[in-house]
Amino acid sequence: MLKINNLHVQLEEEDKQILKGVNLEVEPGKVHAIMGPNGSGKSTLSYVLAGRPGYEVTEGTAHLGDVDLLDIEPEERAAAGLFLAFQYPVEIPGVGNMTFLRTAVNAQRKARGEEEMSAAEFLKVIREKAKTLKIDADMLKRPVNVGFSGGEKKRNEILQMAMLEPKMCILDETDSGLDVDAMKLVSEGVNALRDEGRGFLVITHYQRLLDHIKPDVVHIMADGRIIKTGGPELALEVENNGYADILSEVV
Amino acid sequence: MAVKKQINTAETEARIDTLTLPQAGWSAASRADAQARLRAMGMPGRRDEYWKFTRPDALVQATAATAEVVNNDEAPLMDGQPCLRAVFVDGVFDADASDDLALEGVEISRLADTSADIHWAQSLHGTLETAGQTPVARPLAALVTAYATDGLLIRVTGNPSKPVNVIYNRTSDNADVMLHHVIKLEQGASLTLLESGPAAARLGTVMEVDVADTAAFHHVRTQGRDHQRVAATHVFARLGTESTFKSFTLTANGKLTRNECVLELTGDDAVAHVAGACVGDGDFHHDDTVFVTHDAVNCESRQVFKKVLRNGATGVFQGKILVKAGAQKTDGYQISQSLLLDGDSQFLAKPELEIYADDVACSHGSTSGAIDEEALFYLRSRGVPEEAATNLLTLAFLAEAVQEIENEDLRADIETRMSGWLERHRS
Ligand SMILES: Nc1ncnc2c1ncn2[C@@H]1O[C@H](COP(=O)(O)OP(=O)(O)OP(=O)(O)O)[C@@H](O)[C@H]1O
Ligand SMILES: [Mg+2]
Repeated sequence: MLKINNLHVQLEEEDKQILKGVNLEVEPGKVHAIMGPNGSGKSTLSYVLAGRPGYEVTEGTAHLGDVDLLDIEPEERAAAGLFLAFQYPVEIPGVGNMTFLRTAVNAQRKARGEEEMSAAEFLKVIREKAKTLKIDADMLKRPVNVGFSGGEKKRNEILQMAMLEPKMCILDETDSGLDVDAMKLVSEGVNALRDEGRGFLVITHYQRLLDHIKPDVVHIMADGRIIKTGGPELALEVENNGYADILSEVV
Repeated sequence: MAVKKQINTAETEARIDTLTLPQAGWSAASRADAQARLRAMGMPGRRDEYWKFTRPDALVQATAATAEVVNNDEAPLMDGQPCLRAVFVDGVFDADASDDLALEGVEISRLADTSADIHWAQSLHGTLETAGQTPVARPLAALVTAYATDGLLIRVTGNPSKPVNVIYNRTSDNADVMLHHVIKLEQGASLTLLESGPAAARLGTVMEVDVADTAAFHHVRTQGRDHQRVAATHVFARLGTESTFKSFTLTANGKLTRNECVLELTGDDAVAHVAGACVGDGDFHHDDTVFVTHDAVNCESRQVFKKVLRNGATGVFQGKILVKAGAQKTDGYQISQSLLLDGDSQFLAKPELEIYADDVACSHGSTSGAIDEEALFYLRSRGVPEEAATNLLTLAFLAEAVQEIENEDLRADIETRMSGWLERHRS
């Protein structure tokens, strides 16, 4: 599904290498987790996949199915089925959450040559999905993320994911800022979307999220590379011992 | 005024020479006074401080430059909805195209109709304009008071069931038009006044609005979308106790627009909001010049101006809040912002506060910026194409000004016009 090969990335502005040869493959139906110390390049990887400006790919490839992600615009990547739940969701004053989502859903449908969702149908679906994530009607009407608490922003990301029904979901620290109950809600939201055709890449620092969203594979990222890959037990090891042992193994 | 100003006598006389004072019955004295005022002030020149950011040449020159009539598909505001339509073609009232000027709670007549003695208009005509000449001279307003050939005289005594909808049309590439509307709202009365459409190659207007105690005046206008036209408009309003004045203007296109708005809050607890949204592309110069005087207790004023500029367009904002001694509990707000869609465009702003009372809350802010890249990427990452995302953010930027329109249908109408502009101006 998602296939990243020897990805090297540096910043456009300064000559700073951040990703130094990332190899990763997520199969359909699987949940992969990425853990790793602060600054190791996890968010950079997710941004580069989503097409954020400011990065330069100097080597390597990234494909979603047969689609060459690095060759197309961010909106085309989205229409191809890629979704990134941001570590820091962006506030957009003046754009209503509902308008935003409907525009996004229909833009993707249009790009895929599908019929647009009617206003009535959209309303029905979003109300239902918002309810399960405990997002109230007021939050749907407010401008995108403006004045939302940290946890509300994260829940809003998951609502967007649920509405857009992407093939490949990247979640960048969606658990940060969530209280225990919200973590459960969000995890349930993610688990509800788990199916054979869909892949997940879950970036997190904590085992707790992985208690709810059980990963099939866990990767450790350090200094711009995946340095270790294992099963769910790898996350437990990190939780108990930190990264020191793993890092020293590699060196 | 402190500085003795050089008077542009030659330009003033050259301009006046092309005009004749209308034989105007009841308004004759007021027009003669205005002519004298104009001569004493002289036409604005490039060295005038008040015209520092906007070159007045096209407004001052003896004859108007040709501006092609653009036949666009733009419908008047509230098209097809209940209103009283008053149509002006090339600056002349067109009775056939207009509705019968009869509406319960309102008396409407024409400035050009000099047969009757309209006492209320006689005592108002030119007075608010005159008051608005201090502390800053506005010679182009005096010019209109003296020479305007038509306009509406509207006295509102009740609460009419529908808006008065002034629709401008033009057929001539050279129409050089001056219109003067005089509006008086009696105590407790209310009126919504709409203005839309291309009025002239060169347009000068004065609208004097006297809002008596507890009366409410709502004004929404969209200015001519013809590219080459130039316009200098003036709104002068005086607000009585607990009265309300709200005015919103949308400007899309036009080579040169100077919109002056001069408000005086003279009764306690009055509320005045003036807002503008402009979207300009290329050879476009748009100037909002606002002067709000607080001369009563516990009044509120808001100025909200948003400008979207691209391809070398220029936006200007000169806004002042003057709080006189004794105008305690004044709540004054002023914001002017520009969104520059490229590096060629510019926004020039001069926000001012002058406060002589100690118990007031006044704030002002002026910013100029580009599209928020983070927001743009966020939208695109959700599948919204770049252009659509930029449009969405542009409309969001304009929203604060549009929010000032109370009527939901009008707000939606304005939003549609703005989206239309964005769609048409894709590069
Ligand atoms: N635009 C940028 N300008 C300068 N440095 C950057 C920029 N983007 C990323 N970096 C640097 O690249 C490195 C990787 O950052 P990144 O955000 O990808 O780390 P991360 O693994 O997500 O960390 P965290 O766990 O703290 O979220 C860091 O050293 C960061 O400072
Ligand atoms: Mg990160």
